[in-house]
Amino acid sequence: MENSFFIDSGGLSPAALEKKHRLETDPSSRTDHMAYMPGMERIESDVMDTVISQMKSYEYDRYTAKDVKTALEHETCTIEDLKALLSPAAAPFLEQMAQKARLETGKHFGNTVYIFTPLYIANYCENYCVYCGFNCYNHINRIKLTPEQVEHEMSVIAESGMEEILLLTGESPKMSDIKYIGEACKLAKKYFRMVGLEIYPVNTADYAYLHECGADYVTVFQETYDSDKYETLHLLGRKRVWPYRFEAQERALMAGMRGVGFSALLGLSDFRKDALATALHVYYLQRKYPHAEMSLSCPRLRPIINNDKINPRDVHEKELCQILCAYRLFLPYAGIVVSSRETAQFRNGIVKIAATKVSAGVSTGIGDHESKYTGKDTGSDEGDEQFEISDGRSLSQMYGDISAEGLQPVMNDYLYV
Amino acid sequence: MDDKLTIGGREFSSRFILGSGKYSLSLIEAAVKYAGAELITLSVRRANTKKEENILDYIPRGVTLLPNTSGARNADEAVRIARLARELGCGDFVKIEIMRDSKYLLPDNQETVKATEILAREGFVVMPYMYPDLNAARDMVSAGAAAVMPLASPIGSNRGLATRDFIQILIDEIDLPIIVDAGIGKPSQACEAMEMGAAAIMANTALATAGDLPKMAAAFKSAIEAGRLAYLAGLGRVLARGAASSDPLTGFLR
Repeated sequence: MENSFFIDSGGLSPAALEKKHRLETDPSSRTDHMAYMPGMERIESDVMDTVISQMKSYEYDRYTAKDVKTALEHETCTIEDLKALLSPAAAPFLEQMAQKARLETGKHFGNTVYIFTPLYIANYCENYCVYCGFNCYNHINRIKLTPEQVEHEMSVIAESGMEEILLLTGESPKMSDIKYIGEACKLAKKYFRMVGLEIYPVNTADYAYLHECGADYVTVFQETYDSDKYETLHLLGRKRVWPYRFEAQERALMAGMRGVGFSALLGLSDFRKDALATALHVYYLQRKYPHAEMSLSCPRLRPIINNDKINPRDVHEKELCQILCAYRLFLPYAGIVVSSRETAQFRNGIVKIAATKVSAGVSTGIGDHESKYTGKDTGSDEGDEQFEISDGRSLSQMYGDISAEGLQPVMNDYLYV
Repeated sequence: MDDKLTIGGREFSSRFILGSGKYSLSLIEAAVKYAGAELITLSVRRANTKKEENILDYIPRGVTLLPNTSGARNADEAVRIARLARELGCGDFVKIEIMRDSKYLLPDNQETVKATEILAREGFVVMPYMYPDLNAARDMVSAGAAAVMPLASPIGSNRGLATRDFIQILIDEIDLPIIVDAGIGKPSQACEAMEMGAAAIMANTALATAGDLPKMAAAFKSAIEAGRLAYLAGLGRVLARGAASSDPLTGFLR
């Protein structure tokens, strides 16, 4: 099913509505998505060109069953092998890929599965990304937690036993500035042993500041590596600048972050090319920053408030599994995160093959952990969710389920030094 | 036979050091039992200080903890992690692991020498994990290491003694116990390293990826003991080609 992204959710002034429609229908009304905005740092790096040229020349229909078999026989997976494993020709070999991926995962991670939870502290956003529940034209409850509320949320989460937290905001440098996020990091250090960030891309100096405040890991989703497609989906705001986003992980590493996470949002564009580019983005940055820890996520599109038609199109569970196995074989050392966008059944299965990290006790809303964890009506304002989740298991349920699969849940594997 | 392994003034009957980071906590007790291990590593970054399962609760009494500094990227970080381990009550043993490479997890010998020096001065029993390089090993001895832990092959690879010849050089030249760490995938490889004169074997992934972990622990124990006995017995010679002539070539000499 094709996606119908454009929704007028109400609450907009006639002028705003007119601008929205113009952005959607008239490409000339949109800014140049390849041009850095004032204040956006440019770094010297050839990683982007290398990744994109490989992606552009990737013709996955050229690969045959023989290429896939060859790839599966190789001890180390080359870039050509990765291309074969991501191709349609690999579909009949999914079980063999999974068997091999499981061995690789075992060598590097044993039978451990890490658990974390995301915490959204604000959902204000200045971007118009057509598939996202937080987009500035979507009529939802907006909220930004005060430091006291942030701390309260953290204490509720920490109480559940969680030790790793991922802090998220909508992309609004105005409403959620670096100072605000930095304060949240400092609070998080009090309650958690590992603090990750998934916020709007910032300059090296700001990443360095956030690292000082206690954050150690930066995840940025590129959404799609096809910049032309990207342009048609991210119509307004800083996020529209595609190359600045691409270089975010490198800036974070330059600023001293321990590790970085990568992802394409599968279903936005050609998923095989996006998966290839994501893996190569990791591969080339790892070569340049060999000390850094690297991880991949694999989100698929999900329905949002006011638009339940959004779906991951041609990326079904089998395709997702193929991608994850290919990632594992090509990047045996990289962490693979599978979020609560996927069902409990899928997550239970994939942690035995390739995934090394799952979220639990998840809310993509704002300020609602107490009511969601305890069922108590706290009477405080809550902000709406970014997208609908599929797996609502609490930490203790997740811990129990992972253990029951014969795997060892790990609450923390980092030390901030 | 009184054949003890002495590290940092402490005597061990077992020559099998167990890793703990890659399998279920509930299996640790059985692994220790079947391996007959008296030393078990513990990743400090993994040691939970909070209320979820704490690995420390799973380690049987009487087993010496060997906290490691995994996650450290330089000497400074390793030193801080080692001190934290001491604060957590993990004792004075420490295995230094310093990696500046997240892909192969190969140890950084230079930084490891630096950390060894600092920690040895602070009274730690320092066991550095290293790439088998003679010069670096000598530096570690001078820096106060209590043992040296060269890798057999990349960690987690189960590929066995890829660095065999260089480990042999360390065994021949270094007066400290040489403990082969990382890459040992099968009991036969552990046995071979022990025959060469290694003082002990450390393994983790080989057990974690086995079908039956306690059984594999027992297999390693037997192999390590067999290799040790063979080393003590003195191996017979291995002939490169054919049999030795009963008529000596030098028989004509008067």
